Amino acid sequence: MVFDVAVEVRLRSGVSDPQGATIERSLPALGFDGMSGVRVGKLIRFTIDAPDESTARGSVNDVCQRFLTNPVIEDAVITLTLHETVGATT
Amino acid sequence: MTIDIGIIRFPGSNCEFDAAEAITTLGGRATMLWHEDSSIGSVDAIVVPGGFAHGDYLRPGAIARFSPVMDAVRSFAAAGGPVIGICNGFQILTESGLLPGALQKNAGLKFRCEMAKLRVESTNSALTNQSALGSIISIPINHFEGNYTCDHETLALLRSEDRIVLRYLENPNGSMDDIAGVCSEGRNVVGLMPHPERACHELLGSVDGVSLMSSVLVAAGARITAS
Repeated sequence: MVFDVAVEVRLRSGVSDPQGATIERSLPALGFDGMSGVRVGKLIRFTIDAPDESTARGSVNDVCQRFLTNPVIEDAVITLTLHETVGATT
Repeated sequence: MTIDIGIIRFPGSNCEFDAAEAITTLGGRATMLWHEDSSIGSVDAIVVPGGFAHGDYLRPGAIARFSPVMDAVRSFAAAGGPVIGICNGFQILTESGLLPGALQKNAGLKFRCEMAKLRVESTNSALTNQSALGSIISIPINHFEGNYTCDHETLALLRSEDRIVLRYLENPNGSMDDIAGVCSEGRNVVGLMPHPERACHELLGSVDGVSLMSSVLVAAGARITAS
């Protein structure tokens, strides 16, 4: 089974976010009111081929923990969806 | 005998020759090591130099920590060998788990390239054993991601164990507790954002890096004598 994976890497709560703070400070000057709590992260997409969803999720958790995030300052929100292949019958 | 300091080059390192120049000026021998080497040979200490290892892709140090040579560096550090990470080298050592914490983007989002005044907070480390406690030294900084961050438990531990070896007098990057450099529990692994290797000659505007780079040679020499 092939899954599309989206990993949202976020700074953990409590960790300062210089980029988010800079964006937030500039919002009123640009006329955007009522917006707050800006946090900047990154989105990493890839596909994974695994026997089942649970195995895929385990591998993705592992790569997030060991490589895609720095657990000291970041965490990951993982989204897994079954990859749709054009013309596939199953 | 001449003390041999291994300098690890990654694709994207750019301070390795500055480090080699400082080491040889101080009477040591500099041996370049490649990140794909599986062994560090018989060097007496390791310097992980500054630069942009593996392009700093994903995070500074995130890919470098998986370079084959890092297993040998981990073993060397575990055996008490002096390992110094300068700038990007510091980022690599935190990513590798050899030092606690992480280096975030600078508060203010400015790339800081200037002289920084530092206070030597501990002389009990492989990088500061030749420095005077409390002395103020002027060392250049050159980084975008030097904002030292860790959780409060780690910070409390670093303080109680006297592991914050250098602090900025004027915090240039938002680092917690003005931290410029920290050491490992064994005090043999030290990371710092400033560049002591670029402050070892009067032509460079400061010789304050000499006490730090000499400390590495002394730490390496002491280990040879002990063995």
